[in-house]
Amino acid sequence: MGTQSLLLKNARLVDPGAGRDGHFDVLITDGRIARIGKDIPAGDARVVEVPSGWVVTPGLLDIHVHLREPGQEHKETIATGTWSAVVGGFTAVACMPNTDPVNDSSSVTQFILKRAAEANFARVYPIGAVSVGQRGDQMTEMGDLSAAGCVAFTDDGHPVRTAMLMRRALEYSSMFDVPIIEHCEDPSLKADGVAHEGEVAAMLGLRGIPSVAESIMAERDIALSEMTGGRVHIAHMSARQTLRAVREGKSRDIKVTCEVAPHHFTLNHEELAKHGGYNTNLKMNPPLREEADRLAMIDGLRDGSIDVISTDHAPHHADEKALEFDHAPFGIVGLETAVPICLDRLLHAEVLSLPRLVALLTCNPARLLKLPGGTLREGEPADITILSPDTQVTIRTAELVSKSKNSPFDGWTLRGAVAATIVGGRVLYTNPNVPGTAALNPEP
Amino acid sequence: MTELTRLRSRHLLGITDLAPDEIELILNTAEAMKEIGTRTIKKVPALRGRTVVNLFFEASTRTRLSFELAEKRLSADTMGITAVGSSVSKGETLADTARTLEAMSPDLIVIRHASSGAPHLLARICKAGIVNAGDGSHEHPTQALLDALTIRERKGRLAGLKVAIIGDLLHSRVLRSNVLLLTRMGAEVRACGPATLILQGLTTLGVHVTTSIDDAVTGADVVMMLRVQHERMHGLFLPSVREYFTLFGLTPKRLERAASDVIVMHPGPMNRGVEIDSAVADGPWSVILDQVANGVAVRMAVLYLLAGEDVT
Repeated sequence: MGTQSLLLKNARLVDPGAGRDGHFDVLITDGRIARIGKDIPAGDARVVEVPSGWVVTPGLLDIHVHLREPGQEHKETIATGTWSAVVGGFTAVACMPNTDPVNDSSSVTQFILKRAAEANFARVYPIGAVSVGQRGDQMTEMGDLSAAGCVAFTDDGHPVRTAMLMRRALEYSSMFDVPIIEHCEDPSLKADGVAHEGEVAAMLGLRGIPSVAESIMAERDIALSEMTGGRVHIAHMSARQTLRAVREGKSRDIKVTCEVAPHHFTLNHEELAKHGGYNTNLKMNPPLREEADRLAMIDGLRDGSIDVISTDHAPHHADEKALEFDHAPFGIVGLETAVPICLDRLLHAEVLSLPRLVALLTCNPARLLKLPGGTLREGEPADITILSPDTQVTIRTAELVSKSKNSPFDGWTLRGAVAATIVGGRVLYTNPNVPGTAALNPEP
Repeated sequence: MTELTRLRSRHLLGITDLAPDEIELILNTAEAMKEIGTRTIKKVPALRGRTVVNLFFEASTRTRLSFELAEKRLSADTMGITAVGSSVSKGETLADTARTLEAMSPDLIVIRHASSGAPHLLARICKAGIVNAGDGSHEHPTQALLDALTIRERKGRLAGLKVAIIGDLLHSRVLRSNVLLLTRMGAEVRACGPATLILQGLTTLGVHVTTSIDDAVTGADVVMMLRVQHERMHGLFLPSVREYFTLFGLTPKRLERAASDVIVMHPGPMNRGVEIDSAVADGPWSVILDQVANGVAVRMAVLYLLAGEDVT
């Protein structure tokens, strides 16, 4: 409504959800996909000839994002986080409930949705808490939260505290057909660890978090999923033992899915000792693990065991990250670095074909959380991402639009860029470093 | 070959950054410094007009006093900050404390901190040289250097010696620094501790790791005991003090397996009857008090090499 009609001419369209990979015209009218086809007449639409190097995809979805609002607006707000998403090529994000207050009641959910509507950048799908206050005692009103718009439940930041609560949450949430997203970590094994338990942390004198702290919890949850029939989604997987547990569960048709974050298939714990050591922008939970784990994640992406790539975008203020390694918070931002890393390390490195990579960022997460979008359908909102896989980018954390700059990828040069992001037919972002994108900007 | 006269870095953050010739340089300089301590007037003007800040965020008596004495003997102007009563207790960050000190233009900052990597954080912020006086479970480089000086005095060399290090390997910064230094200088290191307190990665450094103290001590030229913290003695690391002493305590009987001229070391403070029998601590093998004396000389050497006049 009110937006100009736009015709993307002769674009390479990669839409694995619709089984499309070829050259098409895409006509956007009134914020929606009016037609996808060949030789669509322009009518009164503005015509943009899409350069041959670009790839048009359904809007990318990131189902693991910390927007920090309400309560931690010094790190990120819903407005800055969803703008960061748009600049990173994401048209929608699902946001984690570990805000202050926790998203454990419909009033918080409604607040998040109201703020997201005011910002009007990327779409926001809230994820509710499993337990009240994420304290691991009492279940939240999942029915009320679902009705208010929550698309999944998690106590992310922590695991669901007890096996019994997880059991009940899986049973109860199955009534609303939403998954429980699990931050897998056995608290007694993790203890006060700050880095992967291995030779690197040992020699740096950093307390370790063993890989088994993650996999043992995944094994618990997979067993409970089998027992209850509830859906469990393993968040930000980092350890090869966890992947093995997921594969084993899938082979027995248990309703388990999993995701990996770009840093876990790009970096390993050896980074911690480099450049003087103790870079707190390499501190995240789960931690960077061994090269064998990184390669396992690549392998899981290649063979399809991993369902989704999500960023675990976790903004923290520079002051918080400027503390001793022990005291700095866990987490890194990821929305604006994900696409270059995925294109460079997965597409150009020939781990994944473009359709398979795009599936991990579009139709797969959409199917998992039953989100609208993830594929382009006539009559549906025009949420579109345009990639320029051959444009070289150099990441400068100072230039990130996220309110926080806590990324370990500063100075990295990668091949692959977001060219433009379109939400509801509005061209919200065009990348000035990709030649030709200016043609997409709406006429004043 | 030109002889090395300065350290390559302006900081001493850990043994890990030191090449063998730098270790030699520090030890040789420390030998010269030791002589100063035997004079009637134990003071030289080597650091006159230089300012050294001692920043101790963790309880320490011997290391702090050792650095203070070293600074005074070199005529440096010094000031000390301890965690209690400073701005740290008011919630100031380490980075802000560092910037505040930096504004007073110190030449060197000596830091002891409970978090591994805290000196590295200062080194990124400060123009002053940073000396690590012990960071978390990471490194305690001047301790390893004073241990090396003590061994060299007694044995005339480091290369080829069999050194057994026994105790809480997992949490010990003394262990890490000593392993790095001794392996770098060609000694043969055995590390021994309970299976719950073994450190990963030692084998990669060429260290023989064992849970048998008899295995570790057999034929050893040097036995170095590590302190075991009391809070680790009752719970998930160790069941009891009694059992620890039974399995890992160094007794005269156990020392019989070592070389006949074995020396016994301890970084202090000792837990008598826990990791070491008093008969050993006070016996003819013990060089524990030599270590203390050498600590001052090694710290004088380090401070001088980092902040002294160019001696070329």
